[in-house]
Amino acid sequence: MDINAVSAPIESSRLLFAVLTPLCGAIAVMLTGKRPNVREACSVVASVILFLIVCSLGADVLHGHTFKFGIFHLLPGVTVTLRADAFSMIFALVASSLWMVAVFYSLGYMRGLKEHAQTRFNACFALAIFGAIGVAFSDNLFTMYMFYEIVSICTYPLVGHHQDEEGYKGARKYLVYLSGTSHAFVLPAMVLIYVLTGNLDFANNISTGILPAGANATLVTVLYILCLIGFAKNGIMPFHHWLPGAMVAPTPVSALLHAVAVVKVGVFSTTRVMLYVFGVNTMSALNLGIPTAYFVSFTILMASVIALSKTNLKARLAYSTISQLSYIVLGVALLTPAGIEGGLIHIANHAFAKITLFFCAGAIFVATQKKDLSEMGGLGRSMPFTFAAFGLASLTMIGAPPAGGFVTKWLLLVGSMQAHQIGILLVLLASTLLNVAYFAPITYNAFFGKRPEGEKYEGIKEAPLAMLIPLMLTSIISILLGIYPNIFLNFVKGVF
Amino acid sequence: MDFLILNKGFPILSVLIFLPLAGAFIAMFLSGDKVSRVWALIVTTLNAIISLPLYSAFNSSSYKFQFAEHQAWIPQWNINYTLGLDGISLLLVLLTTIIMPLCILASWRYIAKRVKTFMICMLVLETTMLGVFAALDFILFYIMWEAMLIPMYMLIAIWGGPRKVYASTKFFIYTLAGSVMLLVAIIALYLHSTPHTFSIPMLMGQPYSTTFQVLIFLAFFVAFAVKVPMFPVHTWLPAAHVEAPTAGSVILASILLKMGTYGLLRFCLPMTPQATMTFMPYILWLSVAGILYGGFTALAQHDMKKLIAYSSVGHMGFVTLGIFVLNFRGMEGAILQMINHGVTTGALFLCVGMIYERTHSRELATATGVGKYMPVFVTFFAIFSLSSFAFPGTNSFIGEFLVLAGGFAKHKLVTAAAIPGAILAAAYMLRMLQRVIWGGVNNPSHDGLLDLNTREIVTLAPFLVFVFWIGLAPGPFLSVMHSTVHHLLAQVNAGVAHPALACLP
Repeated sequence: MDINAVSAPIESSRLLFAVLTPLCGAIAVMLTGKRPNVREACSVVASVILFLIVCSLGADVLHGHTFKFGIFHLLPGVTVTLRADAFSMIFALVASSLWMVAVFYSLGYMRGLKEHAQTRFNACFALAIFGAIGVAFSDNLFTMYMFYEIVSICTYPLVGHHQDEEGYKGARKYLVYLSGTSHAFVLPAMVLIYVLTGNLDFANNISTGILPAGANATLVTVLYILCLIGFAKNGIMPFHHWLPGAMVAPTPVSALLHAVAVVKVGVFSTTRVMLYVFGVNTMSALNLGIPTAYFVSFTILMASVIALSKTNLKARLAYSTISQLSYIVLGVALLTPAGIEGGLIHIANHAFAKITLFFCAGAIFVATQKKDLSEMGGLGRSMPFTFAAFGLASLTMIGAPPAGGFVTKWLLLVGSMQAHQIGILLVLLASTLLNVAYFAPITYNAFFGKRPEGEKYEGIKEAPLAMLIPLMLTSIISILLGIYPNIFLNFVKGVF
Repeated sequence: MDFLILNKGFPILSVLIFLPLAGAFIAMFLSGDKVSRVWALIVTTLNAIISLPLYSAFNSSSYKFQFAEHQAWIPQWNINYTLGLDGISLLLVLLTTIIMPLCILASWRYIAKRVKTFMICMLVLETTMLGVFAALDFILFYIMWEAMLIPMYMLIAIWGGPRKVYASTKFFIYTLAGSVMLLVAIIALYLHSTPHTFSIPMLMGQPYSTTFQVLIFLAFFVAFAVKVPMFPVHTWLPAAHVEAPTAGSVILASILLKMGTYGLLRFCLPMTPQATMTFMPYILWLSVAGILYGGFTALAQHDMKKLIAYSSVGHMGFVTLGIFVLNFRGMEGAILQMINHGVTTGALFLCVGMIYERTHSRELATATGVGKYMPVFVTFFAIFSLSSFAFPGTNSFIGEFLVLAGGFAKHKLVTAAAIPGAILAAAYMLRMLQRVIWGGVNNPSHDGLLDLNTREIVTLAPFLVFVFWIGLAPGPFLSVMHSTVHHLLAQVNAGVAHPALACLP
C-alpha cells in the first residue's frame, strides 16, 4: 500500500466525466420522460457508468495517485476545479454505489404506488447525485459551495413531491434552513477566507490548512464556527429542524436524503473544511477541536432522546440520522488519528445501514400503507426478509459487532481515549444504550410482538422484488463493512 | 489631450450614437406596424453588430479614453463634441447595444397601439443612452442625459398600465429634480476651472478646496442617487417599473439605473475625491439600508414587477457599496454587478412580461402554478431567479463575491450588515419561484396557456448565455476594466494624499 506517497496530482478528464454523468443522466431522463421504460433505463445506465468511473478512480487513488481537473477560472484564486484524493473517494464511492441501488428501489417504489410526476422525480434524483458527486470531487471551497447549493435546490422538488399542504410546508422549511444557513454563514466565511488568503483551494494535507500563520485567532475562530453551523445539511443542532420536516418526501427520497446525498454532503463539507481549510494544526493551536466534540455531543444525545419519543418510523429514523451524523463530526473534531478514522469511516457505515432502514420503511409502506410503529407488531412474520434486513442494519446503528458500526464505535472510543476525553467516552456509551433502546424494540416487536387488535395482516406479503433485493443487498453490505472494514479504511488511512 | 486616444479612421462612436436617430427619422416615413417593427429591429441589430468590434479593438492595458472623437462645437464657450470609452463605459455601451434589439423583439406583440411611435421612441432612447455613456464633454453629456427623459416618459405615459400618468409624472419630476442639481454642479465646475472647460477628463483631479468639493459632491450625489436609485429616493422606481411596458421596464432596469452609478464613478470619485472620502461612511450605510429595505419590501410584494423593482433597489445597494469601499475588488465587483443587474433583472422583467401577455396580470396569485403548462418558460425563469440571488456559478455571484470581498477587507461591520440582504434575496426570489412553478394546492386554472414561442426563446437566450458566461468565466469582462479601475483608484488616492493641493481655492 503506497497510499501515503505524496505525488503531484495528475490531470484527468475522468473526473469531469464522473461529474457530468449524472447531469447527462438527468437531461436524458427529462428528454425521454414520455416513455417510462426508456427513462428508467437512462437512470440505470447513468448510475452504472458513474459507479464504474468512480471505481476506476478509486483503484488509482489506492495506488497513491491524486487527480485534478480544472474546468473554469473565475477570479484569481477562485476556480471550478475537481479533485479526487483519498478523502473524496470515501464519499464518492458511497454516493455512486448507493445511487445505483436506489435507482432500482425507487423504480419499484414509485411504480408500486403509481406516483405522479415520475419524470421530474427521476431527473431531480439524478441532479441531486450530480451535486453530491460534485461536492465529493471539489478541489476548493467555491466549487464545494456551488455544488452544495445545487443539491439544496435540486432536492427541493423531491421533498415537496406530493404537492400537498404538508409537502409544501416541509419543503419550504427545508429550503429556508439550508439556503438560509449557507447564505448567512458559509458565504461570509468563504469571502473572509478569500480576503485572508487570496485563494480558496483546499490544502493537500490535513495538518496545515490554508490560513496564513499570523491570522487573527478570534477571526479564525469565528470563521470556524460559521463553517461548522453554516453547512446545516450536517444536521447539527440547532439547525436540524429541516431534517424531520423533510420526512414528508417519498421514502426513496428520504433514503437518498438521509443516507446518501444531502446529509452526507453536509458532513463531508464540514469535515473537509475542518481538515483541509483550517487543518489539524490550527484547530489544535486554537483549541477548536474538543469544544466542537462536546458541542456535537449534545446533538448526539438529544436527538437520540427525541428519537425514543417518536412512534412514526420515518421520524424515528430521521432523529437517528441527526444523532449519527454528529458521530462523524465528533470523530474528526477529536483530532486524533483514530478519531478521524472513526469519523470518516462512519460516512460509509452509516450510509449503507441507514439507506437499508429507509428502504425497509418504504417497503413496509408500499406493502401495508403503515407508517406508525404501533401498527407493526407481528408484521415481521408476514415480511420476514424486510425486517431481517432492518435488524441487520440496526446493528450498525447500535455499533454491535460484526456490523460496520462496530468499527466506527471502536475507533471513536480509541480516539476519545487518545484525546484523554472521558466525557466523550461516556457520551458514546450513553448514546449506544439509547440506540439500543430505540432500535432493538422495532425488530423484536415485528417478530415476537403482538398484532394490533383486529389486525390480521391478510394478504400482506413482501414488497416487490425491485425493492426487496436492494434493501437486502445494502443490509448485507452494512454487515460486510464490519467484517472487511479495509474496503473503506484503506481510503481513510490515505487521508493522513 | 493626452487622456484621449483619438480615433483617426471610422468614427465608430458617432455612428453608434446617431445611427438609431437616423433610423428614427426614416421610421417617421414608414407606414404599417409590421414594417416599423422590422425596421427598428434591423436598425438596433445593425447597431449591436457595429458595436461588437469595440470589444476586440479595445486596448485593455490602457486607462485612457479610446475610440475618441474630438471636434470643436461652440468654441466661444469652449464646448466640444468629445466622445470616448474607457473600461467602464465600454461594457455599458455594449450592454445597451445588445439589449436594444431584444427589447424590440419583446415588444413585438406586447405593443399593439401606435407601434410606429413606440419604435421611434425606442430608437431615440438608444441614441441618448449611448450618448450618455460615450460623452466626454459635460454639455454633451447633459443634453443626452436630459433628452433621455423624454422618450422614457413617453414610453411609460403612452404604453403604460392603468396608473401610467402618475408613474410617468413621478419619474419625470424625480429625475428632473436631480438633473437640476447636476446642471448647477456642471456650471460651478466650469466657472472654477482655468481655462474654463467642460471637458470631463480635464476636470478630474483638479485641486479644488474641500468646501467646494463637498458642495459639488452633494449636487452630483443628489442627481445620481435618484437615478441609481438609492434609499430613500427610490420611490419613483417601483411605480415606473410597474406601469411601464415590458421593454420600458427592461431599459429602465438594465440601462437607466446604471447611469446613476456610472455618474458616481465618472464624476464624484475622480473630481471630488476628498468629499468622497468624507461622505464614504454615510454612503456605505445608506447602501446597506437600501439592500435591507429593498429585500424586506420585495419579500412582501404580490405584484411580480414590484417585487423585481424592489429587488433592484437591493442589488443597486450592492453596487454603491462596492463603489464606495474604494478598493480594487469592491469597485470591480460593483462594475461587474452593474452589468449583471442589467442582464438578470432585464431578463426577469422580460419573463414577467411574457406571463403578462398571457394572463393579463402581474399578480403573483394569478401566475401560480404555470410551471406545469410552461416548462420552457419556467426553466428560463428559474435560472434568472437563481442568478438574481447570486447563486454560485451565475453572473451575480461573481459581482457580489467581489463586492463582499472588497468590503470585508476594509469595513467588516458594514459588509456584515449587508449579508442579511443576501439571505433576503434568496428568500424573495425562491418565494416567487415556488409560486410560479408550483403554486399551492388550489392553483387558478391555466388551461390553454401556451409555452414560449421561438421569438420569445430567441429573446431570452442571449441573457442566458451571459448569465453563465459571466458566472463561470468572467475573465473577459473583468480584464477590460482592470486598468481603468486602477487609474480611478489612483486618482482618488492622489486627491486624498495631497490635501495641500486640495486647499488651493
